[in-house]
Amino acid sequence: MEKKTRRNFLKTLGASMGAAGVIGGSTILSSCSSKVEAAAGDKITLLTSGGELVVVDKAMLKPAEMPSLTENQKRGREGLPGKSWVMVIDLSKCRNARECMKACQHHHQLRPEMHHINVLQMQDAEDTSPYYMPKQCQHCDNPPCTKVCPVNATFKREDGIVLIDNERCIGCRFCVAACPYSARVFNWFEPKDAEKYEGVTYNIECNVPQKKGTISKCLFSADKLRDDELPTCVTACPNGVYWFGDKNEDAVTNGTTGETVSFSKLVKDNAAYKLMDELGTEPRVFYLPPKDRTTPFQGNIEEHHS
Amino acid sequence: MNKIESPEESRKLLDKIVFDLTRSIVKKDELTRFWFFILIMFIGVGLWGWGIQIKNGLGVTGMRDYVSWGMYIANFVFFVAVSLVGFLISSTLHLLNVSWSKPISRVAEQVAIAAVALAGIIIVNDMGRPDRLLNVFIHGRFASPILWDVSVVMTYLTISVLLFYLPLIPDLAILRNRMGDELPKWKMKMYSILSLGWKGDAKQYKIIYHAMRVLMILIIPVGLSIHTVTSWLFAATLRAGWDSTIMGPYFVAGAFVAGVAAVVILMYAYRLRYGLKDYFEDIHFSQMGKLLVFVGLLYLYFNVNEFLVPGYKMRAAEGVHLLNIFTGSYAAMFWSVQILGLILPIILLLFKFFRKPLSVTLISIVVLIGAWFKRFIIVIPTLEHPFLPVQNVPADFHHYAPTSIEIMITLFSFMAALLIITILAKLFPVITIWEYAEEKGIDKKYFSEQPKKS
Repeated sequence: MEKKTRRNFLKTLGASMGAAGVIGGSTILSSCSSKVEAAAGDKITLLTSGGELVVVDKAMLKPAEMPSLTENQKRGREGLPGKSWVMVIDLSKCRNARECMKACQHHHQLRPEMHHINVLQMQDAEDTSPYYMPKQCQHCDNPPCTKVCPVNATFKREDGIVLIDNERCIGCRFCVAACPYSARVFNWFEPKDAEKYEGVTYNIECNVPQKKGTISKCLFSADKLRDDELPTCVTACPNGVYWFGDKNEDAVTNGTTGETVSFSKLVKDNAAYKLMDELGTEPRVFYLPPKDRTTPFQGNIEEHHS
Repeated sequence: MNKIESPEESRKLLDKIVFDLTRSIVKKDELTRFWFFILIMFIGVGLWGWGIQIKNGLGVTGMRDYVSWGMYIANFVFFVAVSLVGFLISSTLHLLNVSWSKPISRVAEQVAIAAVALAGIIIVNDMGRPDRLLNVFIHGRFASPILWDVSVVMTYLTISVLLFYLPLIPDLAILRNRMGDELPKWKMKMYSILSLGWKGDAKQYKIIYHAMRVLMILIIPVGLSIHTVTSWLFAATLRAGWDSTIMGPYFVAGAFVAGVAAVVILMYAYRLRYGLKDYFEDIHFSQMGKLLVFVGLLYLYFNVNEFLVPGYKMRAAEGVHLLNIFTGSYAAMFWSVQILGLILPIILLLFKFFRKPLSVTLISIVVLIGAWFKRFIIVIPTLEHPFLPVQNVPADFHHYAPTSIEIMITLFSFMAALLIITILAKLFPVITIWEYAEEKGIDKKYFSEQPKKS
């Protein structure tokens, strides 16, 4: 059993808040070393997952409920019962704001070159117009990556999410080779702020703290889904690109407008398609075609298959 | 074979054979020390490089998220390929009653053992978390081709060691009986222990023959599996250039080419260094040259299939990949490998003139270098061209170039393989003495005799 010391409490807090996108200055962590008892009236500045700085009374801080590593790994492998997560990406709305990328890198403690979600500049044919395409793990129902994993460190959950256990990953990168969507990134170096998160309990549903020599990728923000929240990229988008929801309920919610619509109607009415569906991977991410775009493409299209 | 009737003649010939074939064990001069020094130095540097890699992460290599397998994996495939020659020469040719290949068996097994052992080490070098190696056994998922690879590589290593050891037992007894002052005590003691009290009666030989035959048959499916499964590490993915159904036989055929070349080079080295001109004869090099032509043609056939068929269609992603290796940044490497490393050697070796020991060896060196680069071409260009564009990443993510650490560790693997081979040659005869002597017509009964001390 972990002792409920102040240090551990703050570490746990750091992890849970870190998962939500930490950390006012490092106020919390620097206070770890100080021996100040939290007297009433002591204030602390925290950064919320929404990006706002808030000042709260230290006495108000409660230890977050963090399951132990084993418990976390166990429930992380099972997934959320009865759910079947799907995402719909409306390409006609994407203006390359890249807020999704930023929020995601923050959420998952990624180095700047690591993208769980990457907004690509696409052009399907010479005569067609270019467009922006956010691309992340497609959470395939026939995932090529989990098939090849030698140690079951990446796996498919009941609710459709493909997850990673970086406490088990041996870093063979077979999954990287197998993924046709280039969705996986590797911790080639010591992860960002590694010393800051040292000793923090691993959260499998957020894949933080990242570990050197292991794999990472989009997880549909499984930790947020457990808390009944939408994934980070979905809420971060200012342009209403993302719809996310439960296929079993046939409902998807737009992360920008908060509007909830019928999933099946949305994909039918808009002739949604899946990325490289011909490979038989059966993705859980649906794309609405980039037609009637409101803003012109402003990037310079890089060589497609460079 | 002609039986030599006269005991005197038999004994004399046997003495000569033993004397010649133990030269590698007895010989110890400046060159030996220098060779060991070079090998150990490179190995030390490589291990140091690996230490840096473990400390700083795999990022010290040129690999990044797109080209996530690099020189290590190419090198791994190369070593697995080279190891396959053990099965070709000491099993297949034996079972086909090809008699000329018999003196080469042990050389082939040396190569096989060294190469497959190093393949196992290289793959650990490539891991992001080598400290979690045991997870493969604790959490092993048998649906992953990596598990198949681990299983067959270990089985192959075991069978290869046995195929090396079993015919060695009577030799060890000969060494135990005949050698003495010229060797250090520990060596003699080792021979005595390893020879398992071999007496050399008919029953014992029967057991050896029987066990050898079982192993030779067993190693065929295992040998075919190790390289087929290795090819599936690529073929099991959807990527252009790897997504091919002929990868298994294509790899196996290529492996024979690399392995035969490696054995020829080693034969020549032994012939030169240990004065074994009468043992690794011109005929052996000529025959190995012919064998190289045969497996080379087989490999060429698979190459035509592998590149011509998709090249004819130029399907989207496949086309981009093929253009890159036919005319793009890998064109020089690709065409040199295909022409200098395969087509030209086949043509040259068709002529008797080029099947002399030195020229076969020189051609084999070119073939072996070509075989290494061929693996590079199989692994890397495919990864540089994923289905989706490579964007929003630093420049070094786009193209792969091995770093000095990778080169150090790759050199380590070569030197470590050579060290294993050298140690085997320094401890045990490089040709099976008793088999060779029997082939020359000496009766088995003379093997167990103690020579008269003069």
